[in-house]
Amino acid sequence: MSSIDATEEPEVGAEATDDSANVMIQFDGVVKQFGDNVVLRELDFSVSPGEFVTLIGPSGSGKTTILRLLMTLEKVNGGTIQVDGEYLSHMYRGDKLVPADEKHLTKVRKRIGMVFQQFNLFPNMNVLQNITEAPIRVLGLPKSDAEERAKDLLDMVGLGEKVTAHPTQLSGGQQQRVAIARALAMRPDVLLLDEVTSALDPELVAGVLNVLKEIASTTDITFLCVTHEMGFAKDVSDRVLMFDQGQIIEDASPDKLFTEPEHERTREFLHAVIDRA
Amino acid sequence: MLDNFGYFWEVVLKGLPYTVYATLGGIAITIVLSVIAGLALLSGSRTVRFISRIYVEGFRGTSELVQLFWIALALPILIGFQLVPLWAGILVLGLNHGAYGAEVVRGAVQSVPKAQVEGAVALNFTPAQRMRRVILPQAFIETLPPFNNLFIQLLKSTALLALVSVPEMTKQAEELRPIFGGQVGVIYLIILVLYFALSVVITFVMRLLERAAARRLGRRPVKHDTLSDPLAGMPVGGSALGGKP
Repeated sequence: MSSIDATEEPEVGAEATDDSANVMIQFDGVVKQFGDNVVLRELDFSVSPGEFVTLIGPSGSGKTTILRLLMTLEKVNGGTIQVDGEYLSHMYRGDKLVPADEKHLTKVRKRIGMVFQQFNLFPNMNVLQNITEAPIRVLGLPKSDAEERAKDLLDMVGLGEKVTAHPTQLSGGQQQRVAIARALAMRPDVLLLDEVTSALDPELVAGVLNVLKEIASTTDITFLCVTHEMGFAKDVSDRVLMFDQGQIIEDASPDKLFTEPEHERTREFLHAVIDRA
Repeated sequence: MLDNFGYFWEVVLKGLPYTVYATLGGIAITIVLSVIAGLALLSGSRTVRFISRIYVEGFRGTSELVQLFWIALALPILIGFQLVPLWAGILVLGLNHGAYGAEVVRGAVQSVPKAQVEGAVALNFTPAQRMRRVILPQAFIETLPPFNNLFIQLLKSTALLALVSVPEMTKQAEELRPIFGGQVGVIYLIILVLYFALSVVITFVMRLLERAAARRLGRRPVKHDTLSDPLAGMPVGGSALGGKP
């Protein structure tokens, strides 16, 4: 699909792309700018169902913005985003494609979950309530079902005994594992991981990454992950996308990208990151 | 000099219930209006924001006393309906302090980190659920210290009700003045002490609420030095200031 200007209407009838059955996330000519600062320039890429895709690149290259656009925390300035063949950034009004309203966002957003760098747990709720609140209020699950599932998830992330704890009583690593359980409780098809270990003390990183590896290998959730943990990215990713200045400059399997990157810019970046570690 | 002290107490204390009613009624209206107008100031709708802004600026920017005269004295002439003076007073106290409280609520809501809202969006809460389940419970604690100030100011403003003949403490003291002119010092000292005691009660309740709210958010209780800490500073058996006459 050709790139789309912010003022131009996206092409109507593009709802079902030819291979929509095999595309979970589709970016078409996505433009995002903050003021004069263009963060994404006509970005095209897609992710298949169940795929684990890691985004790497220097800070400010637009990786986190991609996750935030998918989570509907930001709005596109141009182009379209589809999730499982359904427009996320836009909706149909009659047969015209217009920017999505809150109602439409609520409908498509339910397939997506996100884990944040700073956890963003709710301090006015204990661990269990953090996990059950949305399933009860948003999905309408009975409280007992939501609690049972929350406890299973807490067991899975190794925090079964912290049910009644308060978030502030937990270490950063434990808080992040609660946040992962909270996102999973909504049964997302897509899980976005935004530098989930960047705010953690080094000794707590492995625990969180192990939980994520476990989830990635035992579920068919589609992952889009922004990280600086190159070892982790190499282990779990099906595909790695190297970003620079709002564009993908390299798209390859982790084996290829980490061992024989094609682009000079990728090599430089990997050197810088690995030297630091 | 102190011969009539017991009598003064008796007369002034008759006004205490009115002062307490006016304060509690005013606080109740203040809370309701603060929340409604405060959230309206943050509304997505320009019209709603505009209406709320007019209310806030109108009541904050004009004299409380004139507002009282308006509602108690001018309005009955205009609409032919006379509010009971106490109710008119409560209404003015609530309308006036609610205008200040709206800004308190607006500020508290805006003080909740954006990350909390984003966490709620990621869980697909509706805007109303975000506000009720995530933002307001966290904003609550931030409103308590400024509301403590506001409620004490409201308490002291109840003295204005004397001017529309509500028999609250100040009015009762005024009734004594022509008769016991030489002892106005004692009379006014008694009501000063009573206002102070009531304000200590307000602060005590607000600090308790603040502690409870801090505990709910998993924060350590705010440390106060013993002089200002209501729990450490309130003598159990009453004190020279707040005790029984």
